Amino acid sequence: MRVVVDFDLCESNAVCMGIAPEVFEVRDDDFLYILQEEPDESLRAKVEESAARCPKQAIAIEG
Amino acid sequence: MSAPHRIVIVGGSLAGLRAAETLRSEGHAGPITVVGDEVHAPYDRPPLSKQVLRGEWEPERVALPAGANESLGLTWERGVAATGLDLAERTVALADGRSLPFDGLVIATGARARHLLGTDHLSGVFALRTIDDAMAVRAAVEAGGQSTRVVVVGAGFIGAEVAASCRTLGAAVSVVEPLEAPLARVLGAEMGAVIAEVHREHGVDLHLGVGVSSLEGRDRVERVILDDGTILDADVVVVGIGVIANTEWLEGSGLVIDDGVVCDETTLAGPGVVACGDVARWPNQLYDEVMRVEHWEHALDMAAHAARRLLAGDAPGEPFAPVPFFWSDQYDRKIQLAGRVRPTDDLAIVAGSTEDRRFCALYGRNGRVVGALTMNMPARVIRYRRQIAEGLGWDEALAAAAQAS
Repeated sequence: MRVVVDFDLCESNAVCMGIAPEVFEVRDDDFLYILQEEPDESLRAKVEESAARCPKQAIAIEG
Repeated sequence: MSAPHRIVIVGGSLAGLRAAETLRSEGHAGPITVVGDEVHAPYDRPPLSKQVLRGEWEPERVALPAGANESLGLTWERGVAATGLDLAERTVALADGRSLPFDGLVIATGARARHLLGTDHLSGVFALRTIDDAMAVRAAVEAGGQSTRVVVVGAGFIGAEVAASCRTLGAAVSVVEPLEAPLARVLGAEMGAVIAEVHREHGVDLHLGVGVSSLEGRDRVERVILDDGTILDADVVVVGIGVIANTEWLEGSGLVIDDGVVCDETTLAGPGVVACGDVARWPNQLYDEVMRVEHWEHALDMAAHAARRLLAGDAPGEPFAPVPFFWSDQYDRKIQLAGRVRPTDDLAIVAGSTEDRRFCALYGRNGRVVGALTMNMPARVIRYRRQIAEGLGWDEALAAAAQAS
């Protein structure tokens, strides 16, 4: 599984960070950082939930 | 009552769909029927007052993926309303005369927009709740071009977002709100005043603390008359004065109805019956308050909880005690609130400044933090949401914030 964020769409709402803090972190500079681009399968449900809840539909999952 | 076999979900929008997904992911293999009175496939509402209204997203983009997910094995009753519930017979009556038997029932009928009385005969007057509403408002604003005069009645979430989107489209926008500030009911007057300033800076003509007396026009709306005698010329009027929970079909069913379906702390509304989303009222133990919450996140979280509660059968069930959360995009400002606040709460700015339109404010009550509001500081609100759930103390929070700055 590979996490891809479209940074043209991302507005750092940080909803993803609330769901999967292991993968997504919005820092105090208000930019989103991806902590793991290829997270373990055990995080799939959380990453899928993050993608589904992104208000900007900016998160995609490949594989 | 053991785990139900045949489950009926009444309401095929965000909460109903999430309930269906959760029932399946939790292993329910029995039949699930979803009853929804909208003819459209299920769709997402937050973009309606923003990207769809501004013309940035085509309507297809708001479809909810789960609505087309055939692997869920749902039986759809689309375009037909539920008209009654018989708890003894355990059936849901449909508008076309049929009745659906169930062992377990999920009530997710949501809410509908409240309309201004006596305006049905006028064209050019809209609510903004459905995809059809959003497309109609967009068409009406675009038809008038930059000279369109839009009057927004009500400065809650919908009104404030519609005002921002219509300004972005170039229309002249007036907002009429009986309270002293936009979003005052959810943020309090002080923070509402900051939102008011943001709208004024973007050229919105705000009329606060005054109500609408009448709408005038021959066939089409031409003027909005305010209680103080002010006359606003209008080509388009968008009404955002709240919603009404869709509970009429449950009258006489024996369920308790009081501005929503009243549930226990676990989302149970009756034997083998749960409710979730905009239509449900329940005691949130974290806030010691019986609440009905209309936010998008809430619909998802409560639906998942309600689905698990239904499958638990006779087991006691976990209380549903979330920290409510919403976001609202207005112009280039991102407004997010975690928690549930009251006008009498203590208030402290713990980061940024309201003058910069970039800040974090905390709300406190009885020594605890009950809410965190941010404008363009998204990381903070998410962190505070978790801490509020854990019982963050007011003094402790202020001390930590002072140390960090």
